[in-house]
This record gives sequence, structure tokens and C-alpha cells, in this order.
Amino acid sequence: MLTSQFLLLGAILFCIGVYGVVARKNAVLVLMSIELILNSVNINLLTFALRNGSPDGHTFALYIIAVAAAEVGVGLAMVLLIYRNRRSIGLDELSEMRG
Amino acid sequence: MLAAEALVAQNIGFGVVALLMIVAALRVVTTNNVVHAALWLVTVLAGAAAQYVLLAAEFVAVTQVLVYIGAVMVLFLFGTMLTRARIGAERDLNNSYWRLGIPVAVLLFAAMTIAVLSSYSDERLPSDSRVVPVAEISDQIFGPYLLPFWALSFVLLAAIIGAIVLARKE
Amino acid sequence: MSAVSETLSPLSGGWFLDNAWLAPVIPTVGFFLIIMFGKKLPKKGSEIGVISLVGSLVLASGASWQWIHRVNSASEEQFVTPVVRTWTWWQAGGAEFTIGQHIDGLTVVVLFVVAFISTLVQIYSLEYLRGDRRYTHFFAALTLFSAGMLAMVVAEDMILFLLGWEIMGLCSFMLIGHWWEDGANSRAALKAFFTVRTGDVGLLVGIAILFFAANEWTTTNLGLSGFSIRGVSAWALSGNPNSTVILFAAVALFVACIGKSGQFPLHTWLPDAMAGPTPVSSLLHSSTMVVAGVFLVARLYPVFFTGLDILGPSSNVIMVIAAITIVIAAALAFVQTDIKRVLAYSTVSQLGYMMLGLGSGAWLPAVFHIFTHAFFKACLFLCAGSISHSASHHSFDMKKDMGGLRKHMPVTFASWIVSTLALCGVFPFSGFFSKDEIIDNVGGNGYAFFMIVGLFGAFLTAAYMTRATYLTFFGSPRGAAAGEHDEHDAHGTHDAHGTHDAHGTHDKNDVHPHEDHAHAGPHESGLLITVPIAILAVLAIGSGLFNATPFGESWEYLKKWAEPRAAVVGEDHAGGPGESLIFAMPSEEEGHSTSPCGTETPETGVCYAPALNHAEFKWSKALLSLAIVFAGIAMSWLLSAALYGKRDPRLVGLTQRNRFARAGYRLLANKYYLDDLYEQGVVSNVAGPISRAAYWFNQNVLDGILHGVVSAARWIAFVVYRDIDQRIVDGTVNASADITKSAGATVQPIQSGRVGLYGALFFATAAVAALVFVILNT
Repeated sequence: MLTSQFLLLGAILFCIGVYGVVARKNAVLVLMSIELILNSVNINLLTFALRNGSPDGHTFALYIIAVAAAEVGVGLAMVLLIYRNRRSIGLDELSEMRG
Repeated sequence: MLAAEALVAQNIGFGVVALLMIVAALRVVTTNNVVHAALWLVTVLAGAAAQYVLLAAEFVAVTQVLVYIGAVMVLFLFGTMLTRARIGAERDLNNSYWRLGIPVAVLLFAAMTIAVLSSYSDERLPSDSRVVPVAEISDQIFGPYLLPFWALSFVLLAAIIGAIVLARKE
Repeated sequence: MSAVSETLSPLSGGWFLDNAWLAPVIPTVGFFLIIMFGKKLPKKGSEIGVISLVGSLVLASGASWQWIHRVNSASEEQFVTPVVRTWTWWQAGGAEFTIGQHIDGLTVVVLFVVAFISTLVQIYSLEYLRGDRRYTHFFAALTLFSAGMLAMVVAEDMILFLLGWEIMGLCSFMLIGHWWEDGANSRAALKAFFTVRTGDVGLLVGIAILFFAANEWTTTNLGLSGFSIRGVSAWALSGNPNSTVILFAAVALFVACIGKSGQFPLHTWLPDAMAGPTPVSSLLHSSTMVVAGVFLVARLYPVFFTGLDILGPSSNVIMVIAAITIVIAAALAFVQTDIKRVLAYSTVSQLGYMMLGLGSGAWLPAVFHIFTHAFFKACLFLCAGSISHSASHHSFDMKKDMGGLRKHMPVTFASWIVSTLALCGVFPFSGFFSKDEIIDNVGGNGYAFFMIVGLFGAFLTAAYMTRATYLTFFGSPRGAAAGEHDEHDAHGTHDAHGTHDAHGTHDKNDVHPHEDHAHAGPHESGLLITVPIAILAVLAIGSGLFNATPFGESWEYLKKWAEPRAAVVGEDHAGGPGESLIFAMPSEEEGHSTSPCGTETPETGVCYAPALNHAEFKWSKALLSLAIVFAGIAMSWLLSAALYGKRDPRLVGLTQRNRFARAGYRLLANKYYLDDLYEQGVVSNVAGPISRAAYWFNQNVLDGILHGVVSAARWIAFVVYRDIDQRIVDGTVNASADITKSAGATVQPIQSGRVGLYGALFFATAAVAALVFVILNT
């Protein structure tokens, strides 16, 4: 197995996630795209952990999973609150600035 | 000889799972149905777990399955259910300027591809990799990386309290 | 040992034996194909279901054929080693988990039966469910259901076994609740699911006990894990296990069988499971779901043999439960008016026979009864479906909507009669050979009381089946069978039966496109329905010849092919690392008087099956049981004719006039009040307080903590606001505000407030920066 194949897979997932963050209006879908990004980072971390033969990458992958769980919890709570106040979770409609 | 065969099998496994993950990830960001997007995300996450196994990170893979596929997906589905009246296809899930995302993603991908290929063009991963024992990971967490662990604990606590306060009705 | 190895001869194999694991894989793939593409196909996915099961059937037939050759290639007393293949799918921390196939005589028998009946039921469903609103989903669930059973049958280890077991539980839930729009149906599905789940806890506990007790022994001696069925079987017979541990394991596993196979006291879900479409009932009750429990006992027979001291001097828990089940279920069948419920209780009672056989050391007759019972019970259920489909306008009520159907439905009638005779155990139909064998062997192994229970059960069986036959096919046509087409009236009679009348919804939900048929009065069903019924009827006659003990030793094919031989297998065949094995002698007072492996204790080597006796067949005994059966038929016929035909005033209304008759009828009609016990006793007294306590904890404790935290946070925020924010920060901010204002004016256009745009800008900037870095570095 080549190192680069895993890194490229991570890169592809990362870019798809970035596209999702930019293109999506629905807040839940934006959160899902962020999950894609976090997972691509994990793939990279674990690839390097294997390459360097050290468990550091594993530790941080676990931390990222925990942070992602927290992020989804808070994010969805925010989405819920926004929905309750505005009856919509379109991120575009949140804008109150008029430039 | 045996090792070479195993490597071939691993490469086939990688290719199949990677292809599945890419297709599923594309569906996550293009589908018109939030519930479908969540289900495609499950596919990506499960594929990622499989890749972790290939990377000899079985504990992380198990955690991935438990936390992501078990807990996070349920949160997503609940979020979807609570914020939308009906579950089905929707027209306007994309921004008006969604096309902007494509050049940004392509640009980013180009940058990363150049970086990866120039640094690791044909480097091989060690084939005699051993599975990292859980004990070793726990030594790391409670040894040199204790401080981030503490920080993480506070983040989680804050997230729990924050989520409850935010989502509570008055 | 030396005497054994001299007679060993090489065993033949074959492609089908090596690849029998494909039998569950094909329907599983079929399930996913149906789910994904079924709705787009011309036949709505049903063709995938049928084709995948035909594929499984071909595999199962091939495997059976090659297994027979394998047995024939072995010498007389040689242990025929199962065809085992395993793959490791997970290893972590030194433990290795494998998945694999274990093909032996028991496997091929059940594999063939399951694949065969599943195929026929799928073909039958093509017609029976035509036009159903969830046609595709029905076929998907039916295919996965068969896949679950097939996986359980070929399983090499208990984990795959558990997987198949649970898949079946899930699919039975989906299928029983197929018409979930009606509350009664979904209640029945939930009841089935939760009752079976109650028993499933036993399976989990049993597997865990076996693993922790046997793992060390199996890994050192055989190189197998403690989940492996072979390993556990050899361990149970090695004289090594602690008698208490293995007793607990066997009892825990048997609890699972009580739930799954509808034994007393968890049999209550089975009759309610009639809420599902008839093909489901047929499959569920003949060869799959309910047989799973019996199969578990047969599969892990050494564990039960040692753990429960089968063949020991006293009766064991399996026999007691089985005997109770046989009698109470048969008695319940007398008060049912729903034809499918009669058959359901009959299944419960017949499962009791199988368990009785297993519990008393009659392994082979019990497995044989699985084999024959599957054919005639599937046939009976399909006949009931055919009647409701074409004659009684989707009603299953024998008293209201049937009667006199024999002239209108010749094929259905002939098949029903053949299967009924087989079920009653009349010579030369298949049930005679299997059921009589069980009763015979129970007596032969010295359990006289249980033999009498078995004979009494045979009497009851003959009687209630005669009653059902009379009500359905003889007498004068009533209700829908008489051509009356009054939907509301038919439905009203169903509702009058209260909760145990889930099927009353058929005329509402099961609206078929060919309503005009119903107007035309009763008639024979189409070929897609009658051909499977006829095939099963032929097998209901013929399948008994596979082990026709009365005709002598040469007819006992199943004994030769399916029964594992209690021979000692040397270490070179055990597949282990090859240490010599030394076992403790089972001492006289705690074990059996003879060694579990046979008459002599193995010094080296292991054995995988206990030595069992076979009762000698005597025509005098067979004639006695035949006489009892005929007495039951005759008595029931006369009573039925008097009660339902001539309406004899002495009998009609007896339950209203006589206090004892009324009390008995009420007890039966209320199913011994077991449902009430479960719902009021268990659910309201146990579940209620727990949920109330949880609510209290939630309201008082958790909310209190939360309020405390929130008010503390609010106080801190106030202090921060007053002292830091107002005094220090504000001053600085005010000064810098002017600078910010002028800067803001220049970048105002990109501050649109749109998060996505911000993200795009951010990532684009990052990408450009990264590119710059990469180019600079290379």
C-alpha cells in the first residue's frame, strides 16, 4: 500500500466536504459536510501513524472523534434553536447584515 | 509470496472501499433529500472505519463505528426530524452561489495533490505493521497527551451544557 | 483409538459441500437487490426473491447429494467429519473471530427443507399477495427471513448462529406486521418480537457462558475458539466441564428455545403471529422461525445431553416443558374458530413433540419430525390460505365463512386431507413414521409417563384436526363460503372476538384486484397456489419413507445420513495442534453410567456426538397408537357432526348450561389467562414503576443540577460584565471603533452575511496560500 493513496483519499474527501460547506444552504447538511472534513483528517492522521510507527496519530484521531461528537451536539442544538425562532434552517436567511 | 498476495488483497479492498466512499461523499453533498444525505454519510463513515482497519488502527475503527455510526448519526436524524415538517426531497437545499464551491474545491484539491505527490510519490507503507494495542493508546492519552485530554473533557462538558441550554424550551 | 484408526477410510467431498455457505449469501444479496431495484422491475422484485431461493435450493440439494456420497464413502462406525470452512473476519488483542460453515447431516437436512419450503412459499406468494400495496417489501423481508434461517443452519460458530437467529426475529416482526395499518396487526408483531426477545436473552447468556467455560479447553486441545460449535460439542462430551456451569448454559439456551419455538409458557406469541399474511404463517410455522429453537437444541445436543443429564434416571426440564406444551396447546386448538389459529396451536403442540424427543434422547426421530412436519404443516397453512383466498372471501373463520368446501376445491381438499392424516400420524403418511418414532423412543428410553403424554397428545391432535376438517370442508356452506358477500357482516363477526382476532383485517387491507372472483362464490385457486400445495401434499405422503423404521434397517436412510456417529476421533482428525488428549473419567455419581461417547471412555481423542439408543420397532406398539388416533378421529367426527351438523340439542349450548363445561371453555378461550398475566402482572407492575421512577429522577435530580449550573453561570457572567467588560474593554473599544469604521467601509461588499460565501472565501484563500507554500518548497 502506498502512503499517497490514503493521503489522496483524504484529500478528495476533504475537498468534497469543502464543496458541501460552501454550496449547501441547509444547516444540517453543512454539519454533515464538516463531518466529511473531520473524517478526511482522521484518515491522514492514521496514515502517518502507520508510516511513522507511532501511536500519536491514533490518540489524536480519537480526540477528533470526541470533538466531532461535541460539535455535532452543539451544532444541532443551535440548528434547533434557530429553527424554533425562525421556522427555517437556511443559513442564507440568517443574514441580517445589509451591505 | 504470501505477503505480496496479502498486499494485493489489501489494495483491492482499499480501492473498492475508497470508490464507495467517494461516490457516497459526492451523494452527501449533492442529494436533494436530507435523510438520504444522512444515510450516504453513514456509508462514508463506515468506509472510513474500514480504511482505519486497513491502517492497522482497529481501536479507532471500533470507536468510529460506535460514536459516529451509532451516536452522531442518530443526532443527525433527530435534528432532521425536529427541524423539518416532512421528510422527503426538497428543491432549494443549495445556495444561489453554489457553483462557487466547485472551483474552490478543485483549487484545494490541486494544492493537496501536488503536495502529496511531490512528497510521497511512491513511498510504501510498512507492510509488517502490527495492530497498535489499546494499552499503548491509553498510555499516550494519560501520559504525554493528558493536557489535551483535560481540555477535551471541558469541551465535552461545555458542549453538553450548551446543547441542553440551547435546545431547551424556556 | 487404534481400533478406530484401522477402519478409517478417506471421505469424499465436493463443490457443493465446500460452497454450501453460498446458500444464505444468495438470498441476502437478493434482499439488497430487491430493496434497491425491486420497485423498478417488471415483477416488482418478486422474481429476484424466487430466483435467489431457487439458487439456494440448488445448492442445498447438491450439498445433500454430496453429503450422502460422503457418508457412503465412510466405513460403518467411522465419524463422518463435517465439512468446515472458516474465515477470520476480526482479530484484536489475541482473540480471533471467525465466520464459517459447518456442514453435517443435520445441516443438510434442515438446509434442504428450509430452501425447499421457502421457494414454494415464494411462488405461492406471487399469487396470494398480488396487488398488495407493499408487495416489494414483502418479498424483500421474506427473502431476508429465509437468508437468516439458512445462515443459522450453516453456521460454524455461535456468533453467526446468533446473527441468523436475530435476523429471523427482525424479519418475523416485519412480516407479521405487514399490514400494520391495523392496530391489532402491529400489536401482534410487537408481541411476537418482544416475547421472542425475552427468550433471546437466554441465548446470549448461554453463548457467553459456553465461551468462557470452554474457550481455554478448545483452544489448547482443538485449536478452535469457544464459539465454535464443534469445539463446544467436544468439550461438553469430554468429561471436563463442571456440571453446574454446563447446566446453567443448557438451561439458558433452552430459555431461548422456549421463546423461539413457542414452548410453554412463552407460546402466546405464536397464535397472534397469524396476523401476518398466510404465506408468512406457513413459512414461520413449518420450517424456519419456530424450528430454530428445536434446531438449536439439536445442534448443540452434547451441551444439553451433558448439562441436563439426558438419558439419566429422572426427567429433565426439556421433557417437562415439552409435555406441558403438547397437552395445553392441543387443548387450546379445540376452542378456536379461526382455521389458522387451530394450525398455530397444532404447531406449538408438534414442536412440543420435537422437544420431547430431544429431551429424552430421541435425537434422530426429533430431527426426522422437523423434516416431515415442515412439509405437512406448510401444506396445511397454504391450504388455509387457498381457502381464504378463493372461497371464503379472505376470512379465516371456520364457523362463519366455511363449510362444504370439498366440492368446490378438489385439489385443496385432497391436499388438506393428506396433510391432516400425516399430522395425525396415520399409516402410511409421513407423520406416522416420525411421531410414532418419537413416542416409541421416549418409551424405549424408560420415560413411560412421557410416552403416555405423547399418546394422549396424538389423540388430541387427531380430534382437533378432525373438527377443523369437518367445519371447513363438510357440512353445509355458511357465510362467504355459501356465496354471501357481505363484508361488513364478516368483519363484524371478527371484531366480536376481541383482541385475538388480528386477521379480521384481511378483508379491509388485503383488497385484491380480482374482487369479481369473490362474487362468483367459492372456487379452486390458481395454479400458482395449487401447484405448491400439491407438491407439499405429495411430500406429506412420501417424506416418511426417508426413515421408515417399520420396514427394517435398510429403510433407515436418515439414521445413516444425518445422525452423527458417536465415534472417538483421534487427534489427527480433530485438526488441533496434536497434543495427546487426556480426559477425566466421568465418575459414576455425577455423570452417566456409561461414557458419553459410547460404552468405553476415550483416553485419547474426542467425540462430537453422544451415543444414543434406538427403540426397536414393534407393530404392536404402532397398532396401539394407530388405534388411539383412529379413536380420536372417530370421536371428534361424531361430536362435530352432532354439534355442527345436526345441531343436537343435548350438545349445543352445553357451555352455557353446564358450569364445569363453561369453566373449562372459559379457561381455554382465555388461553389459560397467560396473556392477562403477562400484560397486567409483568407489564403494568414492573414496567410502570420503572418508568415512573425514571421520570421522577429526570424531573427532580437532573433538572435540579441543570438549574444550579445555569444560575452559577449567569452569576459569573454578570460579574464579568460589570467589572471587566464595562470598565476596561469598553474604553478600548470605543477608541478603536473609529478606525474600524473606516476600514469596514472598504471591505463592506464582501461582508454579505452569508456563511457559505465566507466559507468559500476562506477555503479559496487557504488553497492559494497552500499552493504558494508548495511551489516555494519544491
